[in-house]
Amino acid sequence: MGLSWFVSLETLGQLGWWRWCCRLAGTLAGCGWKDGITTSISSQAPVGLPALTPQHNAVLPRLCCHTDYTLEISGVSSWKKAKILSFPTESIVGPNNVEFQETRSVLKRGPVAFANFPVFYPRLRLGKRPSSSESLKSQLHIVSDFRKEQFPPLDGCIQHVYGAQHPPFDPLLHGTLIKPGSKPPTTPVKLKKVSTFQEFESNTSDAWDLGDDDDELLAIAAENLNTEVVMETAHKVIQNHSKLQEQHKFQEEHLQEEKQVESAELTSITYVDNRLVKSVSEGHTSSSSDNASESSSMQRSQSLPQTCTPPLVSGMADCNASVTPALTEREASRLDKFKQLLAGPNTDLEELRKLSWSGIPKRVRPIAWKLLSGYLPANVDRRESTLKRKRKEYFAFVEQYYDSRNDENHQDTYRQIHIDIPRMSPEVLRLQPKVTEIFERILFIWAIRHPASGYVQGINDLVTPFFVVFVCEYIEEEEVENFDVSSLPEEVLQNIEADSYWCMSKLLDGIQDNYTFAQPGIQKKVKMLEELVSRIDEQVHRHLDQHEVKYLQFAFRWMNNLLMREVPLHCTIRLWDTYQSEPEGFSHFHLYVCAAFLVRWRKEILEEKDFQELLIFLQNLPTVHWGDEEISVLLAEAYRLKFAFADAPNHYKK
Amino acid sequence: MGSAEEDYNFVFKVVLIGESGVGKTNLLSRFTRNEFNHDSRTTIGVEFSTRTIMVGDAVVKAQIWDTAGLERYRAITSAYYRGAVGALVVFDITKHQTYDVVERWLKELYDHAEANIVVMLVGNKTDLAQAREVPMEEAKMFADNNGLLFVETSALDSTNVEQAFETILKEIFHKVQQQKQRNSQSNAVSLANESPESAAAARMEKRQCCVPL
Repeated sequence: MGLSWFVSLETLGQLGWWRWCCRLAGTLAGCGWKDGITTSISSQAPVGLPALTPQHNAVLPRLCCHTDYTLEISGVSSWKKAKILSFPTESIVGPNNVEFQETRSVLKRGPVAFANFPVFYPRLRLGKRPSSSESLKSQLHIVSDFRKEQFPPLDGCIQHVYGAQHPPFDPLLHGTLIKPGSKPPTTPVKLKKVSTFQEFESNTSDAWDLGDDDDELLAIAAENLNTEVVMETAHKVIQNHSKLQEQHKFQEEHLQEEKQVESAELTSITYVDNRLVKSVSEGHTSSSSDNASESSSMQRSQSLPQTCTPPLVSGMADCNASVTPALTEREASRLDKFKQLLAGPNTDLEELRKLSWSGIPKRVRPIAWKLLSGYLPANVDRRESTLKRKRKEYFAFVEQYYDSRNDENHQDTYRQIHIDIPRMSPEVLRLQPKVTEIFERILFIWAIRHPASGYVQGINDLVTPFFVVFVCEYIEEEEVENFDVSSLPEEVLQNIEADSYWCMSKLLDGIQDNYTFAQPGIQKKVKMLEELVSRIDEQVHRHLDQHEVKYLQFAFRWMNNLLMREVPLHCTIRLWDTYQSEPEGFSHFHLYVCAAFLVRWRKEILEEKDFQELLIFLQNLPTVHWGDEEISVLLAEAYRLKFAFADAPNHYKK
Repeated sequence: MGSAEEDYNFVFKVVLIGESGVGKTNLLSRFTRNEFNHDSRTTIGVEFSTRTIMVGDAVVKAQIWDTAGLERYRAITSAYYRGAVGALVVFDITKHQTYDVVERWLKELYDHAEANIVVMLVGNKTDLAQAREVPMEEAKMFADNNGLLFVETSALDSTNVEQAFETILKEIFHKVQQQKQRNSQSNAVSLANESPESAAAARMEKRQCCVPL
């Protein structure tokens, strides 16, 4: 067993002497001087430098022969392994002869002073070079106050050692856990905290203490504003503002017309026209873009977005393309295509799938999803009756089963659901009691009706996309997180609940063996993923294997939660557009998406050379800023893989 | 040139087990990142974190595995016991039911893990003292009777979290040391309580080389 012994050698600038110290479990074991050229260690201080005197009442640790000690020479950041070959036999406090033998070169024998000297301070130890012996002296002087703090009396207590997660990991510093390509700084760098006020003062400058810049700033401030220029600018702003107001009014009227047309087309959607229109005209401070703040500072009563980038849920976006750059031309034309498809008496599901594969415009997503999942009949005439029937059926279940949640045989199920709901995302949604209630009911009913699997953690996440998408049908804001669900009429909420239940149920039907006992579905899929990756990227596969990373350790969650834990919610929703357009998307295509997902991080994976770092990276992938674009690329790659392997069944055994 | 990774002497794999919702994930985050999250999400499969501490003079890297508590996952998590030298069996002191099942968890542990695994019983959520359902004496007695270490913690206010992990890691370290001395004929000398002279004498030529300074 090798011990770690920290010896740091500080260069003394022009003098070329190195001062070294060694610590053992935080207590100083020794110190001395080292000549940088001859590599001898001596306790004799060079001329002109302060001598280091031992403290006689110090408690010094034992050093042992034939044990590896590690010497760190700071400044050159090198570690040298050295063995102590011999020791003086007397027990003394004071100079000792210690002979070190390096693995490669030999350090000359020389006297070594052992003392509990407080000088060896992390800050100095990091190789900070004193510019002159003078400043070193002053540093030595200051530093002597901190003996107690630097070397805690207890052996084996938590130390700031290399690589420890102490000080606490700072999310501001690192963003997500790992930034691709960058490593968190090793601890020594972080130990920069200064301990006296003098040091702090000398090291930092006040933010407002501008020094020489003062004069410049004062000069700027003293300038008089040209009133003419000011007036002109103000005038312009006011003009723009009133122009926008007019446009807005125009859009409103247009919107009302649009709405009336649409409500005839889409019979399955029921909402109050007036309500929607009214909420649009009120203007939304929350929904609109950052530019809103500019205009709102002008006149608080009307906050209009400078650019009309309101929620794409409303019909506003498509009515006046010239004023609304929010929906590009392509997007607008796609939306039209969808509308046409959905308008007919019998929706062509095959066509719908083709269109939906590349993403569904938010406006029509609720109905598209219901159709794609098979919940809503293609035939327009049958829709209303089907919906009524299914919704009634769901609430019959609720009546039948929900009260039994406190029965002995159902208690565990309900209890588990009950403690999982508060641990879901999006956070803001689940903080609403109405939402919690709905989720609990949906999950409980499903679990009771599917005893083969019952409720499994992860299934709760699968309700969220349906719920969010179906709620969006009734709200203006882009972000459902800002919306108070309980403000919707009771009937609407019930419909959303029932629809979510049935759609989720249909989804789970295709992957139920993911959740039955021993979860064979997941085990199989992870195995298939492994085989697939071994074929498409042998390098990555081998790298994981070499570092003993097992696919099950990171990919389990990918399969259990359909990547929902690895990407933001809006990405999941986009992903599901494609999954619902693919045959067996959630079970079959998902596999290729996972493979493409893993290989997408190949650069970062291959850079990690440590099991721990690898696994931590794979469990915390930096996707927080992902959007539709990244998902599209991922899906394209997955499709390519599927295409390549679809007719090569040998790559995995079904 | 030194390696970018820290120079550690040991890696100890420790698993956190216990019923769903007792606070395993927050114990882990509190220890490894000094974080507590009211909104932490349910653990799916296995999650993993590390921290390095000093145990005596050795640099020990604790590799801590957090597993899902739900029954359904057990078929998967059994693989994760492999190689574990320590386990923290966690229950919630405010929910007696989570304590009742500790025996079941222990059985599963002993079924899958190595025989000499170091086990610590942890009663979490002491910050909710007013809602306590499991008396400390009862849990302590159970731990003593079964050869388990015992501590009560609060991941929320940090009480005893460091101590819990430190204690179990120290215990594992001592076990490992004993094992080594029994097995190997290494030159290594333990700087623990025994005098180096006698230990050295037992292993190498009689030479008074190691002395207290």
